[in-house]
Amino acid sequence: MSQTIARPPDIHLGTDYIGRPTSRVDGPAKVTGAAKYAAEFNVPGRYYGVVVSSPVTKGKITKIHSAPVLALPGVVQVFSHENAPALASLDKSYKDDGALGGSPFRPLHAPRILFSQQPVALVVAETFELARYAAFILKIDYEAEPHATDLETQRDAGFEPGKGKFGFQPPPAPRGNAKQAYEQAPHRHEAEYTHLAQHSNPMETFATTVEWLGDGNKLNIYDKTQGAHNVQRYITKVFGLSKDEARVVSKYTGGGFGGGLRPQYQVFMAVLAALELKHSVRVSLTRQQMFSLGHRPHTLQYLRLAADDHGALQSVRHAALAETSQFENFTEDVVSWSGLLYQCENVKLDYRLARIDANSPIDMRAPGAATGSFALECAMDELAYKAGVDPLAFRLLNYAERDQNENKPFSSKKLRECYHQGAAKFGWENRNPAPRSTREGPLLVGYGMATGCWHASQQKAAAKARLTADGRLTVSSASNDIGTGTYTIMTQIAAQTLGLPLEAVTFVLGDTSLPEAPLQGGSWTAASVGTAVKNTCDELAKKLLGLAQKMDDSPLAGVGFEDVQFVDGQIRRNDDITQSVVIRDVLQASGEEKLEVESGATPDTAKQLPYSMHSHNAVFVEVKVDEDLGTVHVTRVVNAVAAGRILNPKTARSQVLGSVVWGIGMALMEESVMDHRIGRYMNHNFAEYHIPVMADIHDIDVVLVEEEDDIVNPLGVKGIGEVGLLGVAAAVANAVYHATGKRVRDLPVSIDKLL
Amino acid sequence: MSSHFTQQPVGPAVAALVPAQPVALRVNGQERTLRIAPWTTLLDALREYLDLTGTKKGCDHGQCGACTVLVNGKRINSCLSLAVAHVGDDIQTVEGLGTEEQLHPLQQAFIDHDAFQCGYCTPGQICSAQGLLNEGRARTADEVRELMSGNLCRCGAYSNILTAVLEVLHAQNA
Amino acid sequence: MNSFTFTQAPGVAAAVREHAAHEGAAYLGGGTNLVDLMKENVARPAHLIGLKHLPLAAIESTPDGGLRLGALATNADTAYHPEVEKRYPLLAQAILAGASPQLRNMATNGGNLLQRTRCYYFYDLATPCNKREPGSGCSAIGGYNRVCGILGTSESCIATHPSDMCVALAALEAVVRVSGPNGERTIEFADFHRLPGDTPERDNNLQKGELITALDLPANGFSQRFSYLKLRDRSSYAFALVSVAAALELDGNTITAARLALGGVAHKPWRDPEAEALLIGQPATADTFGRAAARALAGARGYGPNTFKIELARRAVVRALRQATEMTPAPDDNAFQNSNP
Repeated sequence: MSQTIARPPDIHLGTDYIGRPTSRVDGPAKVTGAAKYAAEFNVPGRYYGVVVSSPVTKGKITKIHSAPVLALPGVVQVFSHENAPALASLDKSYKDDGALGGSPFRPLHAPRILFSQQPVALVVAETFELARYAAFILKIDYEAEPHATDLETQRDAGFEPGKGKFGFQPPPAPRGNAKQAYEQAPHRHEAEYTHLAQHSNPMETFATTVEWLGDGNKLNIYDKTQGAHNVQRYITKVFGLSKDEARVVSKYTGGGFGGGLRPQYQVFMAVLAALELKHSVRVSLTRQQMFSLGHRPHTLQYLRLAADDHGALQSVRHAALAETSQFENFTEDVVSWSGLLYQCENVKLDYRLARIDANSPIDMRAPGAATGSFALECAMDELAYKAGVDPLAFRLLNYAERDQNENKPFSSKKLRECYHQGAAKFGWENRNPAPRSTREGPLLVGYGMATGCWHASQQKAAAKARLTADGRLTVSSASNDIGTGTYTIMTQIAAQTLGLPLEAVTFVLGDTSLPEAPLQGGSWTAASVGTAVKNTCDELAKKLLGLAQKMDDSPLAGVGFEDVQFVDGQIRRNDDITQSVVIRDVLQASGEEKLEVESGATPDTAKQLPYSMHSHNAVFVEVKVDEDLGTVHVTRVVNAVAAGRILNPKTARSQVLGSVVWGIGMALMEESVMDHRIGRYMNHNFAEYHIPVMADIHDIDVVLVEEEDDIVNPLGVKGIGEVGLLGVAAAVANAVYHATGKRVRDLPVSIDKLL
Repeated sequence: MSSHFTQQPVGPAVAALVPAQPVALRVNGQERTLRIAPWTTLLDALREYLDLTGTKKGCDHGQCGACTVLVNGKRINSCLSLAVAHVGDDIQTVEGLGTEEQLHPLQQAFIDHDAFQCGYCTPGQICSAQGLLNEGRARTADEVRELMSGNLCRCGAYSNILTAVLEVLHAQNA
Repeated sequence: MNSFTFTQAPGVAAAVREHAAHEGAAYLGGGTNLVDLMKENVARPAHLIGLKHLPLAAIESTPDGGLRLGALATNADTAYHPEVEKRYPLLAQAILAGASPQLRNMATNGGNLLQRTRCYYFYDLATPCNKREPGSGCSAIGGYNRVCGILGTSESCIATHPSDMCVALAALEAVVRVSGPNGERTIEFADFHRLPGDTPERDNNLQKGELITALDLPANGFSQRFSYLKLRDRSSYAFALVSVAAALELDGNTITAARLALGGVAHKPWRDPEAEALLIGQPATADTFGRAAARALAGARGYGPNTFKIELARRAVVRALRQATEMTPAPDDNAFQNSNP
């Protein structure tokens, strides 16, 4: 090959974009309002559907009084289980790529109410305002039944979920004898750590605009999703449509964070209404309804850790009990990290679920790990104090050189460098270890740290590349950009591979008419789609070289693909870079109008299988606490991340900055609180479900630790969208302890808990 | 055990609907006439009737700032404002600040400093920042933090938004 | 949202007449609370009377040395008005602690007084609420009432008044000027808002059709020693869990005049004359402040999730009084905000 991206040439070349801080190529569209999100495709004559949500948590609908609503001029229809058409009958038709074990929820299917805010009807009208009004006055009779929504009351009802959703592995089998080792160890710590449900609340609420194209049942479905093909598969199966009839488009997604990994009910509703009415329909959810779409589950975690007199971990036990719905088993990996992050011979991990009358949880940024790392890392801090070891030294002392869960070496692991570089930047050595030892005026100052790791994985992906005679390259793959920078990094990879200027390259995504990409999640998009783009562009380059060699007096005649480089708009011989052909001339000389290649990438499992592949981070936090008033301010954060090759330090840094903000939110303010008498989240809006505002965010330093890895994928990337969140909440809680001497083990660390 | 859930009575609900009337609004310097009823908010008027979808709906209740526009130079939440109440006002949306070809300094600074990720809160942030500049009350980073706190960003781009706003603020004061 | 008719009123008298002429009429100021409540279907007016053409946006000195705040002056224009900044900095600070810049640009002074509670149950039509539907019951009692009141509550309602501005207005003893079908009248601030009792649906003592035209501030703005301390779940753009407006005058270290009002704890901005009396003539010390705080919270009652507010409010009172005494920036939220002054 002309240049492997895993080992960049030493000479800096103009079209070497990978690794260079690059502004978002979709930036101009986003800052001017030109970028169109799902509810912004203003197809003419569209109807508006407003969803009616159940006020009841459990029971059934006994009657829907549609007549007065339908009598309003301009109201088109009221859809409910009473008049919804017969759709696919089997559960498997409703199972999407992110489906869980169990029986998926089917909107408007039956009178049964399974959770509060369950969608029970869709009111369609000619204007949004009328649909909203009609939805309000639609009278529905319910028969309510007793419900149980409090996980605390289900402590004895836990069950092992077995295999859950795609990618979920039950905790590894126990190793050693954790109980015995615990009892024999001199330093022991046990405690329970909890948090209530949290909602990802992307800024854009879920919405779908269905454009009725009139040709048979042909639809353009503009949907807010993290996976266009996933939505298409779901819609085609449920409604019996062909792929041709259900094109799903998702060009811009106003935040995902996991909520868009499954088709949400608004897309079902909008498609149903469009098909029934043979008309374009838009359905947007309200912010309040965003609390009905799934959540990070309320989880109770019990940690038992023990260390010897030297601070070596002797025993790790981590048991988690999490909520799930009555109809599905939501599983996430909460506990396995505790057998992975540290060297320990005696480990026992348990993960159980208990059912409550709520909607199924859904993946929320760093699902499972954000939950587990909070508990583990707080517990490690507590044990470090008991063992009399500095929390950072304690972690270094117990550094895992191998993945003991899988008994595999790491493909790469620069966590030690994260610790050292992060600590140096933060000034950890200035920390007086004693709690309550540092004051600044009336404020107590605390330093805390924590760590985390996240899977580095790659999924199958496809891409298409087309070079036209004007020298423009268009590369496409039905991936998504939920703010992660996908548009930009794919443009960088394509431009560098073909040696074209960034401005000559367009990356297209979010459309089922394009080659398929995996769900935008799991931090695997850069690895998966990036490798597919790289491979596809390489194949295009080979074709291009073939054409170049056919040119009259071609200076490239007879040379192999490995002997040339694609740089600065030229194909050049490696042995003499003055021997070159201008790429734009190649197509023109060949008489071809375009050159097109469709290809892709699948993970090299044979290469990957012997290794454990993870990204890591170490986060250091300074808090200032007003002890009298219980207020906590996170004044400084250093987050050092080792996540393989960084394709674009500018957008990668932003991913980590955002993760820190998420961690601060999780630590200090986020919780969805149910009134269990009603079975309903009561703070279901942005005024009372607090996420950080700018005034909460102070200095955040991101350290991107260099890490080479040629196992994970040809690009050497591990993904950076989630790892930065890990440990942040724990580091904040640990810093609060260091400041005040008070341990708060149930998030968030709100004012009332520090009084 | 089961019980009936009683829906709240809605009073004299199914009254005659107030018809749409022509309403003239001045948006981004242009007179636009639209047919709306009084219950149409300025936000919905912009997005659904005038196809100005740059202004975003994040909560529809004044709790997130995504719908921020400038009215007579002052930033407001367009979701809590009725369109009919803005006859005679000068309304400016993100589309009126700059274009992809001719970016406003704030828009350029947001790109330069990667002050957004998903982009959904961004037009509101930029309009809010323009309002902040117009107000002339913020000088320090802490003041900008406080006075930009009416705009939520779930991607957590706050540090970069701060840098972008400060850059334009300092350039303006230089 | 209900369907409704809309008129812009040309003047105060016309607005009042318009109100009387329409069943289910409501005045529309900045709309920040009313439009929100209409979208939630909590407020369902049939006719809205726009006030923006009314000449009530002025802020001007009164002959008795006070300041008159027009009811339609926005919260932002009020907080940033030079006379308010200079003579009533406590009020400016309280206003700027509330809501967001956008909302303060919309919200009017009159509307600020008429904000309705943020009690979760009031906003959620799926739950009973005596304030929203009299006689339906109070869901907050026995429910998730973290934001609810601890003082002056009743068996019918434990909601709080959410305003910051009103806490300062209570401390400053503003007077509310209203115009209505029966002419003009004034209402002492302490008498403006009500306790819930068994009529929690009534937030205040305005009569039907009455319109707030102005708020009169007395001459003494306590501009030398004051503090507005707000405690909330994040640093900005959140309603108060507890807030305290404190204003003092000192002769040496002896307190000669004191005002103390609490927000986030009751159905109205909470003042306790006995607590203020405990301060007068006493040295400005932690002991004195502690006694006043204890007195102010003496009748407090917690309902579970909100019980922490009793201790929080006690500490907040002590802190606010100390800050007012020392006139040092608050080493809490405010230290990170650098809002006025």
